[in-house]
Amino acid sequence: MAKKKSKKVKTKSKATKVKFGVKKQSAREKMIGQSIGYRYDVNLLPDYTKITPFLKKYVEAMGWDDLNWLEDVHMGYEEGKPAVFCRNANGWVTIPKSIKLPNNQQDRDMIARELLVKFQMSPKHPLVDLKKAYLKF
Amino acid sequence: MANLKTSEKKSKAQSMGMHTEVLTGRTQQKFFNPDEAENFYYFGTYDVDFNKRTDLDVKEMSAPEANKEIDNLMSQGYGTIVIKNPQGKHSLGVGILNKLNLIFEGSLGYFGMGSCDGPTVRINGRVGWSCAENLMAGKVVIEKNAGSCFGAAIRGGDLICKGSVGARTGIDMKGGTIIIGGDAGAFTGFMMQRGRIIILGDVGINLGDSMYDGTIFIGGSIGSYGSDAVDAELTKSDQDWLKRKLKVAEIGENFDVSKMKKIVAGKKLWNYDNLEPTEKKGAI
Repeated sequence: MAKKKSKKVKTKSKATKVKFGVKKQSAREKMIGQSIGYRYDVNLLPDYTKITPFLKKYVEAMGWDDLNWLEDVHMGYEEGKPAVFCRNANGWVTIPKSIKLPNNQQDRDMIARELLVKFQMSPKHPLVDLKKAYLKF
Repeated sequence: MANLKTSEKKSKAQSMGMHTEVLTGRTQQKFFNPDEAENFYYFGTYDVDFNKRTDLDVKEMSAPEANKEIDNLMSQGYGTIVIKNPQGKHSLGVGILNKLNLIFEGSLGYFGMGSCDGPTVRINGRVGWSCAENLMAGKVVIEKNAGSCFGAAIRGGDLICKGSVGARTGIDMKGGTIIIGGDAGAFTGFMMQRGRIIILGDVGINLGDSMYDGTIFIGGSIGSYGSDAVDAELTKSDQDWLKRKLKVAEIGENFDVSKMKKIVAGKKLWNYDNLEPTEKKGAI
């Protein structure tokens, strides 16, 4: 009796590349020739198991119990590059190429939150100059 | 600040030396350094200590005087301030852009705690219209009831009312979380653009009318749905988050969140034309 060859099925763990700035267009979007809505899922709730040590320290320093305003911060994109929106400066802050982004939105969001805090609290933030120039009281 | 490009053709103003650049976008790159030193506070804010506590009696003060005195106390490093005798004054505690533990022993009038960014506030009484309007970050807890337009246009943070609230709660909100332990009036979540509203009790008519995005969770009955507000499936992730948030809010920790209704935008009102891209970019 011929032996059956048991074929080993190799599962390749392909890491799909994240394409920022690419999303499926709805019929309405095709018709009007532009995208509608936010550049990320604004309703995505944070996964607290992914919180970074920096964010833990930040939340503790502020006296809060959770991510508070950072729950609304997500990794988006600007001109095809990963970016985070800074509401204080009303602009997108692009993520430096040196930072490798994980293939998971929750992890990317935590990185976006950390970078945004660092950006906003930096003495190089554009609002610092504006504050110096225009602060009234 | 923004992405600037030098213009090839000089306008009259440019040739006069009034300016040499034109604004072409909103991307910011050159200011950002991921290796920035750990700093948790805005530049120029006060370094306060939560353990340094003081009382402030505002009975004989006007609202601007009281607000200036709060600022003065923060500049002295006080991180916990107890406000005595607020007596329903309007616009108390506005514009605090600092971490702070602020406690009001009494009720506030209109526009209390407006335009704040960072403080943790407890109000041991009621609040009038538009409490915590434009809240950017922080936590505001109201022990009793609140008036209309509760949390109007908030952009972040947690706004909690342990009692009931009036009409138009979370009108035009652009982020953050509003949590109501009791009931809410008509037009709750009217024109909300993002963020989350949790109501453990009943809600009035036209819930989520003309909402653009965001999520509303309701524990009780709904008077009626507003235009473009539709039901959505309550996921496991939603339930976990709700349990966590209700614990943080100190209300309804034992509330059965699995029976809550989730309401989102139907997105039927997303009708834009090619005249609006610039306007839309500013809103996103």
